[in-house]
Amino acid sequence: MADTILQIAMGIIGLSFLLVTVRFILGNTVVDRVVALDILTISSIGLIALLAHYFGRGIYIDVSIVYAILSFIGVIIIAKHLEKSL
Amino acid sequence: METLKIIGALVTLIGSLFILLAAVGLLRMPDIYNRIQAGTKASTLGSILTLLGIGLYHPEWLLKIGLLIIFILISNPVSSHVLGRAAHFAGIPLTKKTHIDQLRQDKEKNSGKNQIES
Repeated sequence: MADTILQIAMGIIGLSFLLVTVRFILGNTVVDRVVALDILTISSIGLIALLAHYFGRGIYIDVSIVYAILSFIGVIIIAKHLEKSL
Repeated sequence: METLKIIGALVTLIGSLFILLAAVGLLRMPDIYNRIQAGTKASTLGSILTLLGIGLYHPEWLLKIGLLIIFILISNPVSSHVLGRAAHFAGIPLTKKTHIDQLRQDKEKNSGKNQIES
């Protein structure tokens, strides 16, 4: 029961990946693509946690912590570059 | 124990629905500022609920997941604010439906004051 619900949740997150990728390809400006990349990383943190449940390995949570930190630093650096203050 | 697992799975399902809502908002909103607004808020709540559900399913991972939730709560609004500010200063136009742009009004007021002083 619970495992089935978690697999449905994985499917829904995969569907949202497809929708965000459409915006990532279409996006009119640079900031559109950066926002799409930000949302892709934030939702893939949830997907990595679901994969940690699926494979039964708690070490994947550490991977998602590092991924969150790298995504935050990347977005801040790109925004400072766009503002021409870097 | 089984009840806690089912509750965790349902919380994860609600979180994944919020992530889907963020993706739909990112696809359908008219300009970049609305996309930032719709996307980052809904995806913050969605990823927090997803992680919390996994933490309820596996209570032995709850410490690391709590650390991750606190980090997302701090970092995600900051990054969306910095992106919106950078987009405004890079001169990306707003949609036609916008009525109030207080940052531009403030800049024009300050530049007028500087001209009077000089």
